[in-house]
Amino acid sequence: MALKVYGPVRAACPQRVLACLLEMGVEFELIRVDLDSGEHKQPDFLLRQPFGQVPAIEDGDFRLFESRAIIRYYATKYVERGTNLIGSTLEEKALVDQWLEVEAHNFNDLVYTIVLQLVVFPKMGQRGDLALVRSCEEKLEKVLDVYEERLSKSHYLAADFFSLADLSHLPAIRYLMNEAGMGHLVRNRKNVNSWWMDISSRPAWKKVMKLMD
Amino acid sequence: MVEIRGELREKGKSKLQTSLMAATGVKVYGPPLSTAVSRVLGCLLEKDVQFQLIPINLAKGEHKKPDFLKLQPFGQVPAFEDEGLSLFESRAICRYICEKYANGGNKGLYGTDFLSKASIEQWLEAEGQNFNPPSSALVFQLAFAPRMKLKQDEGVIKQNEEKLAKVLDVYEKRLGESRYLAGDEFSLVDLSHLPNAHYLVSATNRGEMFTARTNVGRWWGEISSRDSWKKVVEMQKSPPGA
Repeated sequence: MALKVYGPVRAACPQRVLACLLEMGVEFELIRVDLDSGEHKQPDFLLRQPFGQVPAIEDGDFRLFESRAIIRYYATKYVERGTNLIGSTLEEKALVDQWLEVEAHNFNDLVYTIVLQLVVFPKMGQRGDLALVRSCEEKLEKVLDVYEERLSKSHYLAADFFSLADLSHLPAIRYLMNEAGMGHLVRNRKNVNSWWMDISSRPAWKKVMKLMD
Repeated sequence: MVEIRGELREKGKSKLQTSLMAATGVKVYGPPLSTAVSRVLGCLLEKDVQFQLIPINLAKGEHKKPDFLKLQPFGQVPAFEDEGLSLFESRAICRYICEKYANGGNKGLYGTDFLSKASIEQWLEAEGQNFNPPSSALVFQLAFAPRMKLKQDEGVIKQNEEKLAKVLDVYEKRLGESRYLAGDEFSLVDLSHLPNAHYLVSATNRGEMFTARTNVGRWWGEISSRDSWKKVVEMQKSPPGA
């Protein structure tokens, strides 16, 4: 019985999981959840994910939520099978973890707020807070300056191999560069730009893009 | 060498610089009052790991100085060192401590098997993504802003109170089914909640958000009375180098 991933393919957090499963060569069935109609807040779904968020997975009797927990789980479980996304030594694993936490706490919220205010609210007929967008953009510039420096010393964020830390950035950066129209933040930074070109051209990510169509 | 506040130090060198030159051993950089720093301290104490705490004076901007930025390029606390490995991000540091010192102190802190670990990862992310943002905002607005003579933002307080209430409603249900968040044993998940919850309960008048919910109140009572956490609170009251 295949692993089931619950969530819309357009949302960033399910995409994080899909990218990882595709890198690992793990087969899955995508069960679409309609956020527009509030499906994620219905009792049935809340049994899977009590915070009413996507994604959630079901693997036989095993259930899990939170995209970064899901990718840690599968990247570890199938480490022998697919790409090694977590590292081999304790030190490598700690660095992958560190940069995954950086993505979760220093990077994600800023992009999320920008996309919410610039893209989502206007689509719903509400006005976005442009001052907030500007403030997030300034903070994001500083974060990306740190990335620029880091990527001048390391091919990928955690080490010289592609890891969960890099993968975790894919969905949000795509939104930033496309719907939010802030591609200059990436393109104006030589190392960040090369890194983005590299990670976004991986076959697994291209498959996620195809699923979006 | 000169003696500065009871410590031998090379003349002209800060505590931070001296520490960077000193022998190896686990080092945590940051003030114990910082929630993220105290998360790491709690973990080290649960795992019975010896460490040295090097204070970083945030008010004086020590965390933005070049020496510190080498340890933590985002200029945030904590930073951490262990046998040549330099790490930052409190939850990454905690996971590393649990893996490296697996046989010390509380052996089950990061789970005993693959499945218990999966549950811990899930709830640790829930803490980081759902509990931490609103609780951090409230801690800053209600506990720290007044001390720092900064203006409070009523809109931010209200918005985050509502968010936190929804999260605690989920916890109330969960803790009616499970003794601790990830399972029936105290884990890194519960520990990770202690720093923010402690301030809300002891330094603001919003403690009721925890204590008035039956299961959350029971859970809070248990986790906050652990010896390791009591030691962290002591360290916060009398920080080194103060």
